[in-house]
Amino acid sequence: MLEIKNLHARIVDDGTEIIRGLNLTVKAGEVAAIMGPNGSGKSTLSYILAGREDYEVTEGDILYNGQSILEMDPAERATAGIFLAFQYPMEIPGVATMEFLKVAMNEQRKARGEEPLKVPEFLKRVKEAAASLSMDMNMLKRPLNVGFSGGEKKRAEILQMKLLEPTLCVLDETDSGLDIDALKIVSDGVNALRSPERAIVVITHYQRLLEHIVPDSVHVLYKGQVIKSGDKSLALDLEANGYAGVIGEAA
Amino acid sequence: MNMHAQPQRTLAETALIDAFGERLSLLPGDGAVMVKRDDAIEAIKHGLPTRRVESWHYTDLRRLLTKVPAFEAGAVVKALAPILEGSAVLPVLNGVSSAKAPEIEGVTVQRLSEKLTDGSVAPGLGPYGSDDAIGALNTAFVADGYFVDIADGAELEKPVELQNLQAGGQSHVRLLTRVGAGAKAVIVERQAGEGDEALVSSVSQLVVGDGAEVTWLIVQEQPETATHLAQFKAHIGKDAKLTLFVMNAGGNLVRQEVVVRTTGEGADFKLRGINLLAGDTHTDTTMVLDHAVPHTTSTEVIRNVVTGKARGVFQGRINVHQYAQKTNAKMACNTLLLSDDGEFSTKPELEIFADDVVCGHGATVTEIDHNHLFYLMARGIDEKSARGLLVKAFVAEVIEELDDEALVEALEERLDGWFSTHG
Repeated sequence: MLEIKNLHARIVDDGTEIIRGLNLTVKAGEVAAIMGPNGSGKSTLSYILAGREDYEVTEGDILYNGQSILEMDPAERATAGIFLAFQYPMEIPGVATMEFLKVAMNEQRKARGEEPLKVPEFLKRVKEAAASLSMDMNMLKRPLNVGFSGGEKKRAEILQMKLLEPTLCVLDETDSGLDIDALKIVSDGVNALRSPERAIVVITHYQRLLEHIVPDSVHVLYKGQVIKSGDKSLALDLEANGYAGVIGEAA
Repeated sequence: MNMHAQPQRTLAETALIDAFGERLSLLPGDGAVMVKRDDAIEAIKHGLPTRRVESWHYTDLRRLLTKVPAFEAGAVVKALAPILEGSAVLPVLNGVSSAKAPEIEGVTVQRLSEKLTDGSVAPGLGPYGSDDAIGALNTAFVADGYFVDIADGAELEKPVELQNLQAGGQSHVRLLTRVGAGAKAVIVERQAGEGDEALVSSVSQLVVGDGAEVTWLIVQEQPETATHLAQFKAHIGKDAKLTLFVMNAGGNLVRQEVVVRTTGEGADFKLRGINLLAGDTHTDTTMVLDHAVPHTTSTEVIRNVVTGKARGVFQGRINVHQYAQKTNAKMACNTLLLSDDGEFSTKPELEIFADDVVCGHGATVTEIDHNHLFYLMARGIDEKSARGLLVKAFVAEVIEELDDEALVEALEERLDGWFSTHG
């Protein structure tokens, strides 16, 4: 489903190269974990997948279902089924959360040639999704993410993911800022989306999240490259021994 | 003052002076009113203000007012459905008030033409200062409008909507309102029109009695053929509250002056303004607020969206008088500049003569936040729609502060109307 081939990318503003020849393949139905120390390029990778303009791909390609996505803008990628759950979801004053959800769902439906959702059906879906994440509907009456706690923002991201039903989910440090109970709720939310047609890329610092969302594959990112791949036992090994050993091996 | 000869009059100045001569016999007013009119036209004979007059620095009226249409309107104009359902509508159509105003409990309505004829409004006619060109123009030509008196203690169930509508030509209107002590009212001042070139001067004068609460909405949606010169003047009594909301969403050359004075302790003033600017237009909002007694509060928030070749101005001056201790005043003016050809000038001024006060101001000019845009697009909202959502959000924030669902909905509808033609 996702094939990243010899990807090189840099920050547009200052030309700093962050991704330096990254290769990664994630199949449909697979949950892939990407781990790595601070500054290894994890978040940058997630932004590049979503199409953020602050980064420029200088070499290599990203194929999604066999097609290059490099020329697509963020909205086109989203309607094609790519979803990024942000590490730091943006607070957008003045945009009501419900209005935003409705516009996003209907824009995606429009792009796929479907009719817009009728209001009762829309409300039903939002209520169901919110209930499954133990979210208060009153929260959704507020402007988007404004005044939400860290945990509420992460739940709101997963809520959007449930409602938009993407086929490639990228979760950027979704566990940061979550307490144990919230971590459980969010993980259950993600696990409920696991399906043979969907791939999930989980970016995280810690093994903790992977106890709840058990990955099929684990990849270690260091200096903009995948330096080691393995199964879930690799995550346990990293938790016990740190990144130093793996980095030493690769060097 | 100086030895220079008067500069040659502009076409507009000449047209106004000639029109006064032709019009004089038709204008209502007793001797006292006529004296005021003569004084006012004298002020205009000295010339319209230029950029060298400080309060007109960003709106050089002498240069910008190029055409003065004939008095007669091009067509008949009809009252509009009010923006708030169920409002009592008091229309002024092509400069003429209605002889059969609706009955409103607790409210006495009189046609201003009658009060000009009997001279009872003469003392309140300006002009008030050498730079008061709008006051002068209006005083010289004012022919009609309303006097609305809301009785002490009256709590109006339905809003009152004053409509000043024209279909070209000139209209010079005055809207006088007294809100009695302890009364509560929502008043909409609707300024709109259609058709040919128009010159509108409209002066609203409001007295908010002790303990009264007033929400006053100015909704200005003139066509791009209109010059709209308006003044809103208010005195706020002891423990009284005035919320003034100004929405400018039209007009070719617009100046809205807001002149407010707190006259009793505990008075509170809120100004919320939205300027939606498009095309090749000029829109100036100028506020002068006097905190004249101790323990009064105010906040001013102005949000501007600038597109096309539009030019906008906000001047906000807060005077805190020497004895006005414990004044608390905050002013902010934020502009979203969406076009390289548009511009917005902001001039905040604080003049403080008391020593125990909290006053502040801030001004920003920004473009759309790229992080916000990315976030919305990452959810599949295309760039155009995402930009639209963010621009609307920027101004809707000010509307939502009104904390009255019916008002918020009505204003957001006006907003949507503007975005659907300019978005």
